[in-house]
Amino acid sequence: MSSPVTASFEQQLVDARAYLLRYARLQLRNDAWAEDAVSETVLAALAKPQSFGNRSQLKTWLVGILKHKVIDALRLHSREVCAPDFGPDDEADPLEWIGFKPDGHFSQAPADWGDPQQQLASRQFFEILDACANKLPPTQGRLFLMREWLELSSEDICKELKLTPTNLYVQLHRARLRLRECLELNWFKSSKPT
Amino acid sequence: MMPFQRSCKQVSALLVAREDRSLGWRDQLGLRMHMAICAACPVFERQMLTVSNVLRQWRNYRSDETTP
Repeated sequence: MSSPVTASFEQQLVDARAYLLRYARLQLRNDAWAEDAVSETVLAALAKPQSFGNRSQLKTWLVGILKHKVIDALRLHSREVCAPDFGPDDEADPLEWIGFKPDGHFSQAPADWGDPQQQLASRQFFEILDACANKLPPTQGRLFLMREWLELSSEDICKELKLTPTNLYVQLHRARLRLRECLELNWFKSSKPT
Repeated sequence: MMPFQRSCKQVSALLVAREDRSLGWRDQLGLRMHMAICAACPVFERQMLTVSNVLRQWRNYRSDETTP
């Protein structure tokens, strides 16, 4: 059954803008690119409402379209997307954020985070995770989310952005260690809801 | 140093790296040998596993969350 574009479908798309924009901004780290990607997503949805069909989740469908538009934007702006981040992080060995003695042993044993499955699946936790991802330097954050949100392989990211694997791995490695640190400070060490 | 001997620092680097690339056999062997005799590195490994679990749930949450 081909469903005509109804007023309520349009309204749902308008309502969806805010959360689509949040994802696009986090991935692209550029408001103008994010606005464009979201507008193109909404236009694509309006142009082909029948492809939504009987799927139950409008959001899942829209996020699927958004991911494609975001990849287009990353490709289009590839030079700026992987411009080097300048900041205090740049030169330091990221493993030093954990803390090691000169002989390669931990200066302080890593903390046991326990088995946090339950509490981690909460909205509050995901908001902290969003904030931690947003705190990554822009290029590092974009590359990391290409892996973790867009689920691109390292090979594909290198190909799309003309990066060398070594460059990419350094950035991903830093991002993972930053994220680990941010979660430890803001979740595991702070008072947790029970 | 023995050819497959790895320090905690090197092992931590490998535990992070394997999220994004596959390790060579020497590193894999060094990793396993070290994990068998170290108390601290398995704790760090569980932290990294928690991080990747959490990211997977986050991805699902971000696309399945029902709109209020």
